[in-house]
Amino acid sequence: MAATEKKPVVVTDLGVLNKPASDLLTWVDARFPLMENWNAHLAQYYAPKNFNFWYYFGGFAMLVLVIQIVTGIFLTMHYKPDAAQAFASVEYIMREVSWGWLVRYMHSTGASMFFLVVYLHMFRAMLYGSYQKPRELLWIFGMLIYLVLMGEAFFGYLLPWGQMSFWGAQVIVNLFGAVPFIGPDLSLWIRGDYVISDATLNRFFAFHVIALPLVLLGLVAAHLIALHEVGSNNPDGIEIKANKDANGIPRDGIPFHPYYTVKDSFGAVVFLIVFSLILFFAPEMGGYFLEANNFVPADPLKTPLHIAPVWYFTPYYSILRAVPPLFNSQFPGVIAMGAATMIFFALPWLDRSPVKSIRYKGPIYKVALAVFVVVFLVLGYLGTEATNVWGQAGAWLGGVERATVVSRICTVIYFAFFLLMPWYTKIDSVKPVPERVTG
Amino acid sequence: MNMKKFLMMLALFGATAAAALSSANEAVKLDRAPIDVGDLVSLQSGARTFVNNCLNCHSASLMRYNRLRDLGLTEAQIKDNLLFTAEKVGENMNIAMPKGDAKEWFGAAPPDLSVIARARGADWIYSYLRGFYRDDSRPTGWNNTVFPNVGMPHVLWTLQGQRSYSEEVVKTAGGEPLKDGHGNELKKAKFETLVPGSQSALQYDHTVRDLTAFLVWMGEPGQLQRKQVGFIVLMVLGFMLVLAWLLKREFWKDVH
Repeated sequence: MAATEKKPVVVTDLGVLNKPASDLLTWVDARFPLMENWNAHLAQYYAPKNFNFWYYFGGFAMLVLVIQIVTGIFLTMHYKPDAAQAFASVEYIMREVSWGWLVRYMHSTGASMFFLVVYLHMFRAMLYGSYQKPRELLWIFGMLIYLVLMGEAFFGYLLPWGQMSFWGAQVIVNLFGAVPFIGPDLSLWIRGDYVISDATLNRFFAFHVIALPLVLLGLVAAHLIALHEVGSNNPDGIEIKANKDANGIPRDGIPFHPYYTVKDSFGAVVFLIVFSLILFFAPEMGGYFLEANNFVPADPLKTPLHIAPVWYFTPYYSILRAVPPLFNSQFPGVIAMGAATMIFFALPWLDRSPVKSIRYKGPIYKVALAVFVVVFLVLGYLGTEATNVWGQAGAWLGGVERATVVSRICTVIYFAFFLLMPWYTKIDSVKPVPERVTG
Repeated sequence: MNMKKFLMMLALFGATAAAALSSANEAVKLDRAPIDVGDLVSLQSGARTFVNNCLNCHSASLMRYNRLRDLGLTEAQIKDNLLFTAEKVGENMNIAMPKGDAKEWFGAAPPDLSVIARARGADWIYSYLRGFYRDDSRPTGWNNTVFPNVGMPHVLWTLQGQRSYSEEVVKTAGGEPLKDGHGNELKKAKFETLVPGSQSALQYDHTVRDLTAFLVWMGEPGQLQRKQVGFIVLMVLGFMLVLAWLLKREFWKDVH
């Protein structure tokens, strides 16, 4: 039997506790693959030694996930998923529950920070080609996490039952109404009512607190298992497994524990400092993390003048608004918005560059990525504003809104970045990739 | 810049004539509310103005009376001076007026004010409460520069008095009307006192400042505690930062 063949675990650095600790671990290890997993995922998981700044964000995302789950559990203890009580129950948490304000602000700050670190984590993958072979599936799991996260944020945003919660949900659910033929029935089915109502709030609550978190945890596990199967990429885009020493250990690898556990602990403290600066001193973040209009209780009879989603959705919201309606239907815009998120899935197959890292890619990819970042940010900014934010253009453009023109141009560039990638990554020049990581 | 010139001219008109420029389609420029939510005297004064004047038509249903102890008041002081709409200091600031009646009387039910400052912002409240003027065309006889045709009458009129409002075309030094970039004439607000109130213009500004400060405080009564806790948390994290850095440096010594 496998269990009897295992060697006893020997603890040597706990002094008088060495003997009991060794005995306990040996007892556990005979019944559960503790040391095997510890070694496979931490102590003998070899990560490239040249991780830089960009490699912190995956760990931060895990940290925020834990923050969201723990604070979320405590919020559900006092939150009431009831259209008549939801708004007041959030304020009850803010005012009457001991440290409720802290838990709530951690959750609301965490929501935005989750997206921030996930966007930076994804950008890292685009910098260093982390989605390329053999990490396609790892990338797909990551993209699924991102999609589920968007659903999670969308459902959660309805729960405070403020004006933006209500009307934001109304706008998004109505998008499904633009689907030809089945649209109206589809949005009715999602809402469970003819308007966003108590029924909608209850089901969104169920999705937010149990359905999507379960899926999310499963996907995170799959993401990590896939990562530890293929090994981490690095800023040089070199496979460290291709160069092993006599013991079969990658020459450019170091054990994740203790090297990256201590390094990521340092990073986590820096992250928590930024997190705390927002949480304690600017929890509304100038209206970007908590919108002013969401402090007005939801009122189905009063449409706000300006409905804007939270900042992490605004690039896609801009794309939705930029696409002109076809035969009086918003459906093309809805398709474009969906495509703008889904197109990331195809990245491993769109990038035809023979090298992974931007360090060895040519000028075309560097310019393309820089332009893409600018376009993403401009679309994100415009999505937070009304379409008349930059006024109207002159008569020579038919007096159209300037911001709409800009967001249309940006939308075209956004898609061009992906759709032209097979071509421009192929003709782009590359630099020779070194044998070993360069630090 | 035309706008800059205009704003400089506006500043010359002093406290009573501030606010309210109405060039076509432009949002009203709000005055910056000079509040200090750490000033307990100001907050107490604001609380008094609030329960005396606002808390009859407006509720603050998420706000518990004895939370006012955070402003340095005792339960007895709250009970004796501020408790008009409830029996016990443990109750919330609810009102007796039914919403349906209120809607019929005012056109819209007066909103609950618990978190109004977080929805509107301090500057809006400060400007709004100083923007009332006499307007006989309105059912209440009052109008407002910040919230045109508002259903609410000027509740603090005995303090501020009654004012008329007119718009005056802004002229350049040469007597030409000043125009904005779109060719619209720039106008400035002109208030004239019809009946003086019990407070001077400056005193009234202070009353509104204190009331605004109170509303901002009430929007998040824990905000002072939040910042205090924040400083402690940051100090602890700063200490952990040093430890984590030293630990990292020690472990990474042998990585080359």
